[in-house]
Amino acid sequence: MFTSHVEQKQQRDPVVAPVGPGRSGPDQAAPADRPPARPGWERLKRRLTPYGFLTPTGVLMAILMLTPIVMVIWYSLLDGVITNKDSQLVGFDNYAEVLTDPVFYTAVRNTLVFTVSSVVAHFGIGLGFAMLLNTPLLSNRTKAFFRVIYVLPWLFTVAIIAVLWRLLLNPNGVVNYLLGSVGITGGQTEWLADPSTALAAVTFINIWAGYPFFMISLLAGLQGIPRDLYEAARVDGATPFQQFRNVTLPQLRPIIISMALLDFIWTTQQFALIWMTTGGGPINATEMLSTFTYKLAFSRYEFSVASASAVIVLLLSMVLAFFYVRHQKARD
Amino acid sequence: MATLTPTPARTSSTPALRRPPSKRGQKALLLVALVIGAMFAGLPVLWMLASSFKANSEIFQSPPRLVTPGFSFDAYTSILTDPVKLRFFGNSYLVAGAVTLLTLLVAVLAAYAFSRYEFRGKKIINVVIVSVQAVPPITLLIPYFGLVVALRLYNTYPGLILTYMVFTLPYAIIMMTGYFNTLPRELDEAVKVDGAGPLTALWRILVPISVPGLVSVGVYTFMIAWNEFLFALTLTRTEDMRTVPIGIQLLMGQHSYNWNEMMAMSILGCIPVLILFLFFQRYFIGGMTAGAVKV
Repeated sequence: MFTSHVEQKQQRDPVVAPVGPGRSGPDQAAPADRPPARPGWERLKRRLTPYGFLTPTGVLMAILMLTPIVMVIWYSLLDGVITNKDSQLVGFDNYAEVLTDPVFYTAVRNTLVFTVSSVVAHFGIGLGFAMLLNTPLLSNRTKAFFRVIYVLPWLFTVAIIAVLWRLLLNPNGVVNYLLGSVGITGGQTEWLADPSTALAAVTFINIWAGYPFFMISLLAGLQGIPRDLYEAARVDGATPFQQFRNVTLPQLRPIIISMALLDFIWTTQQFALIWMTTGGGPINATEMLSTFTYKLAFSRYEFSVASASAVIVLLLSMVLAFFYVRHQKARD
Repeated sequence: MATLTPTPARTSSTPALRRPPSKRGQKALLLVALVIGAMFAGLPVLWMLASSFKANSEIFQSPPRLVTPGFSFDAYTSILTDPVKLRFFGNSYLVAGAVTLLTLLVAVLAAYAFSRYEFRGKKIINVVIVSVQAVPPITLLIPYFGLVVALRLYNTYPGLILTYMVFTLPYAIIMMTGYFNTLPRELDEAVKVDGAGPLTALWRILVPISVPGLVSVGVYTFMIAWNEFLFALTLTRTEDMRTVPIGIQLLMGQHSYNWNEMMAMSILGCIPVLILFLFFQRYFIGGMTAGAVKV
């Protein structure tokens, strides 16, 4: 989850170090200072060394990433793959089947609503909590105490979060009791089983589960803003709100964009939470692209159609990844 | 005297007095906001803890109470004495532990290349590693299912361990490279001048002083593996191969909602991550913020 921050470091490296593949860096320069016994062999060894170090990664990535992607694209062009012994090339028929399925569009819409609401709320709550925790008014001990509580949702696996909220949102559960006792609802709302509330309910659960990721990163960002920027703003007579708008937000902007893009990518891929709370139901009310694809494969055993759906999901994710990588590069 | 002192005190400190109350007021407002936020974050967790000590018949009693007459550790004892459920934990520890060790090993080697060498294709490999993290697990799942069955790894530990590394490796390499970049090159160059190879420089010099970095990568890798759901659900079949997240899901179907046991299992299931977090919080936050501070 913290990849985004560290990435930029690594990406920054080639820019900072004035060494490209063509030029000679400190590594290549070193042997030139002292005459090696066999310069050609030494240089070749030196040039091949990094590839040696990268070999285990390369092999794993070839098996775990390249092969499956080629396979899933191949599967998507066949009929009855895995279930049939002799499947035949059917071109884009499977894609046509996915793209004419109305449930697919329901899934796209739900995924979009779920993701956009989650990311916006994660950002809002994360920033709010981070600013509360960054206050100079309280002692570090108090802040550390609250920080641990605020981070709690992040320490639970999604399976646990799903079970917990099924307990809380049960028709006879404590949420209904509290809302009923203040008269907001009539009492026994079936939050996760009612088509009109299910999507909102799973989105709320996901918001609760995911904001600490933003909060921690934004808190670190806030602590990194130089004090004198605020001093200068205060000298110029800026109100706290103006300081927030003209100092805090611009300073946090790069982190906010990285976090938002990463969160967007990950939230569109959310599976476990949906699977364990609603399973995509009731009547597709919470069907997401992930659950739609999963059901095609492992409930209906239509692996070819599922592969076509999986490739579509991959393409959508790659578009998002493109923006993410471009943003990370622009940051450097 | 008694009547004199308050008067000058009041007059002289009137302008000053205006500030302390407003500062105290600010502090009070802040605490109220913090407590409301803590309720949002913490009450559900508190309810989970409380429910794990209840009798199952008391779970939905109205009005709800935090501590009920049936308070007991029964849910915990029933889980900790059930070999099937203990096996879930054993499986999770084994898989997450193996994934962590293997990921660290492979990532350290790759990170060393990224941090200390310039080579053809570095930038492209870099972009690939960053973007691989965006590949949806659901896309990989169907071919993995085919692959794992073909390689006879279906329903085995190696099947899970191997596939989990697709999530953990890219991030671990990125983070480890960041860490190595903070260590001066002179350290390993000095050993190399003495005639040692790059592997010696890495294992003898860099790895020992990279413990904080290794710990943050390790903790996070462990968390990813401990929490994984989709692959564990699909690539294992028998009860004895299930991990904790799937075990919780099984509890939900099987025992017609033994809520207290499910909550106890959830508490037990989050303990390793909680301990890692509390012990290594410094490394955790440090790792997360390694680049964030330098915007």
